[in-house]
Amino acid sequence: MTSILKISNLEKTYTSGSKKLTVLEDINFSITKNETFSIVGPSGSGKTTLLGICAGLDKPDSGTVTLNGIVMNALSEDERAALRNEHVGFVFQDFQLLATLTAIENIAIPLELRGAKNAMDRAKGLLEKVGLGNRGNHYPSQLSGGEQQRVALARAFANEPKILFADEPTGNLDAETGERVVELLFELNKELGTTLVLVTHDMELAKKTQNILTIKGGKIASLTRSTHV
Amino acid sequence: MSKNLKNSAGISWLFKMAWRDFKASAGKLSLFMLSIVLGIAAIVSIQSFGETLKTNIALQSKSLMGADFKIDSDNELTQDAQQIVDSLGGADAREIAFSSMALFTKNQATKLMQVRGISNGFPFYGKIETTPAEAATVFNVKKGALVDATVLLQLNITPGDSIKIGAVTLPVLGALNALPGSNAVFSAIAPPVIIPYEAIEETGLVQVGSRIKYEYYFNAPGTDLTKLEDAVSDRLDAVEADLDTHLATSERLGRRYENFGKFLNLVGFIALLLGCVGIASATTIYIREKLKSVAILKCLGASNNQAFQIYLIQIGSLGFIGGIIGTIAGLILQQLFPLLLKDLLPVDVTITISWTVVLMGIVTGIFMSVLFALYPLLNTLKISPLQALRTIESELQSRRIAVAVTLAILSFIFLYAFWLLQDYRYALGFLAGILVTFSILAGIARGFMRLIRHYFPSTWSFTSRQSLRNLFRPKNQTVVLILAIGVGTFLISTLYFTKDILLSQAALDGKTENANMILLDVQKDEMQHIVATLEENNLNALEQIPIVTMRVHSINGRTNTDLKIDSTSQINRWILNHEFRTTYRDSLIASETLQAGSFTKSVESNAVIVPISVSDNFATDAQVELGDEVVFNVQGKLITTQIGSIRLVDWSRMQLNFSIVFPKGVLETAPQFGIVTTKVIDDQTSADIQRILVTQYPTLSILDLRQVLTVIEKLLTKISYIINFMAFFSILIGVIVLLGAVRTSKYQRIRESVLLRTMGAKSKDILKIQGLEYLYLGLLGALSGILLSLIGSLALAYFVFETTFIPSTIPFAVLLPGITLLVLIIGLSNSRSVIKSTPLEVLRTTK
Repeated sequence: MTSILKISNLEKTYTSGSKKLTVLEDINFSITKNETFSIVGPSGSGKTTLLGICAGLDKPDSGTVTLNGIVMNALSEDERAALRNEHVGFVFQDFQLLATLTAIENIAIPLELRGAKNAMDRAKGLLEKVGLGNRGNHYPSQLSGGEQQRVALARAFANEPKILFADEPTGNLDAETGERVVELLFELNKELGTTLVLVTHDMELAKKTQNILTIKGGKIASLTRSTHV
Repeated sequence: MSKNLKNSAGISWLFKMAWRDFKASAGKLSLFMLSIVLGIAAIVSIQSFGETLKTNIALQSKSLMGADFKIDSDNELTQDAQQIVDSLGGADAREIAFSSMALFTKNQATKLMQVRGISNGFPFYGKIETTPAEAATVFNVKKGALVDATVLLQLNITPGDSIKIGAVTLPVLGALNALPGSNAVFSAIAPPVIIPYEAIEETGLVQVGSRIKYEYYFNAPGTDLTKLEDAVSDRLDAVEADLDTHLATSERLGRRYENFGKFLNLVGFIALLLGCVGIASATTIYIREKLKSVAILKCLGASNNQAFQIYLIQIGSLGFIGGIIGTIAGLILQQLFPLLLKDLLPVDVTITISWTVVLMGIVTGIFMSVLFALYPLLNTLKISPLQALRTIESELQSRRIAVAVTLAILSFIFLYAFWLLQDYRYALGFLAGILVTFSILAGIARGFMRLIRHYFPSTWSFTSRQSLRNLFRPKNQTVVLILAIGVGTFLISTLYFTKDILLSQAALDGKTENANMILLDVQKDEMQHIVATLEENNLNALEQIPIVTMRVHSINGRTNTDLKIDSTSQINRWILNHEFRTTYRDSLIASETLQAGSFTKSVESNAVIVPISVSDNFATDAQVELGDEVVFNVQGKLITTQIGSIRLVDWSRMQLNFSIVFPKGVLETAPQFGIVTTKVIDDQTSADIQRILVTQYPTLSILDLRQVLTVIEKLLTKISYIINFMAFFSILIGVIVLLGAVRTSKYQRIRESVLLRTMGAKSKDILKIQGLEYLYLGLLGALSGILLSLIGSLALAYFVFETTFIPSTIPFAVLLPGITLLVLIIGLSNSRSVIKSTPLEVLRTTK
């Protein structure tokens, strides 16, 4: 089995004044291609920091992060950006759509950044896939929370990423809408064969993934692996 | 994975993103746009009008003189000079001009006028404009006078009445509206009257010592004027005559307006700089709101440079569009200038478009937008994509970048000022002035915040305390607001105070025995009679000053001609060409102080070498020191003198000052005329004594200084129209900066107000808190600006003009309350929406 993400001896500390705060310590795990994986833990346990480092949004103080065979530690900010554009998709808790762009323009961005020629057509197809074919020219502020998250899902899958990071994807949605977004997430994931990494404190959601990594106080508390969902 | 990790989006994508983002944010950039448009409009209108004026002067160059060239002299032409005139084909028209009193027989009114005896045919270009129009062409034939239209109106004279000049009485044929070569300012003091050339002789006013100008006009189109100048200038110099071409006249005129234009340019530039403050403030707000989007874009794979470039393209494009709109607005606005400057302009102005100015406006629009937006824009480079996941507090800018941007801005100000003023010292001075003003205002704002923090009035009511606290809370706008309000107020009040200084310079002190009427061209034998006439009419002759005219014959043994030929000579030309009007007396007067040597009171009449006193500027320009020898030609007789003392002379005083003062004893027998000064108490006395004197002594010229003062006052008022107009721009831009600042803090204010209301505060309390805060800001900003300009003006008056002045009350009485009220209104307009909505509504929407 090929590993898409490998974390070795990862450590991250923040300095606040003269105080050093260790947020992550001795983190080791790897994720295999096409797996679904969740990182769970209480608030302040370091989940989001770990997600940021795994996705190349931040750098660890020590240890290595290898994404799709590339060691990210040595890459510059711009190189990591290009890597994200090619291999990584994101879904955020508060959707993070660009407020000044329409739904379809939001979806097209990852494609346009890659220089894809038919970006808008493909964005349109994705928009239809998430059931918002008729809302393409609407701005985020004109969409409901659930609709915004569906647009965000379409954007996350637009560049057909090898790995998709979702940070509390249902955190800002009501139960019913959240349920539908999760269904859509897993459906798209399966269809496109993407590796999915979920950060959540919702155990019910985590249980839908094959592997569950529990973090407590910045350290791995447990890693539960199952063979199927 | 290759090492070449780079996304493929090109420049077109950056433009596409910039446009998409702009479409949805256009409203947020309106203040930014207004700042550019107004700033550019201010500078373009001034620049463009300057160019228009230059073009018009050049186009109307010939009609400004009325001829291709002229030769003029203070004396009747010598034989040699006449030969030169003849060699040029002879003059096509002649003029003899001098100032004299004119008496209107209808009502016995008198007026000091510039009498111009003009021969037939002049002007060859342009025309004498009169009412009725035909009067201009027949005055020589009908032997009549064309009198300045304003004088006719003032003295209630109509065509058909008579005017008496010296010994001749002529019928008034028409009102003179305009004539080539007339100077508006001088015309106001001694308005022109045109009479036939032949009538000059009959006036009997052409006498020794009279200040007369002889002009010989040439109608010679196609003459190479540069060659002509090279050929005859020196020869004419030698015979005490001058060549003046229409090109030289228009150049001189252009330069005179250029200086005023430079000053206006600076006022316009200050408006532009305020616009830059507006740009910086608007971009800071704008980019702050965009940082989250930048982080998301980076998450999705955009590089640092791409994120930066998207907003750089946006700002640059807006600068371009703003530059175009501002330029168009400026070009439209310049149409107003001829209306504002009416009567002050030497030519009828046809508005033209200068493409250099258009280009300058657009380029400046782009450049100032990018430069002043650079600092906030650079934040997009530093923002971490992690911001998309969570809010992290980070220091965005490095100190080095801040220093680099500040240096770039200072260089821009310096270079722009240098371009406008063409003198690096002035440009540096301007930069220093801007820095000092901004630093002092910023210092006042910071000091004020520190002060209220330190001495916080804890016993005040909650609302009063809260309004004070708002001034120094995090992300407060106190410094920006005080700067914007302060600079605008500073500009306008400086305008008023400067006007006060200039007027006080010219003002006559009513309490002291300063003369306010000067009787010129008093013949030596008339002096005692005139003094007696004054006394008969209860007036004192305050001074009786004898005047002897002379020219420099040699300096330290080198003759005038020798020095003129010597190209290495450092002696200023005017020393060698000028006919000096000197006096003799035994003491210094109030406007003089002795700088070096000793002042000789009197000498024996047979003294071989006469010790004289010269002014410091004469000593500098003539390159002479104490003990140096200067020989003067006193109407044919040579007098050898030695520099005995050097005086500092305050030329700005309304007093008769002299470059050269002789001791008593030598000049008493030389041909001379005199000046008598007196003080009249009112207009009636002035008119009465003028009438009496002019009837008895037709050669006398009378200058009423109070009228001169009125002329200066009118002139300053006209100039201040246009300066006010430019200052208005500054205020308008100040309002935009203010709106920007209010908008920046709106979100924070809404949250605070809602929290206060949730806890039970009434709408009235919220209004009071905000109202008081803006009241403090408005008052402090406006007061700082006014006081700063008052201190600056006092220093200027004391050190430069060596005078004191009573500051105008307008800045305190009108500007201070006006601007404070404006700030209050703009500030409170913000809180209306807050008061109207319920706390729950606001808490939900601002979640």
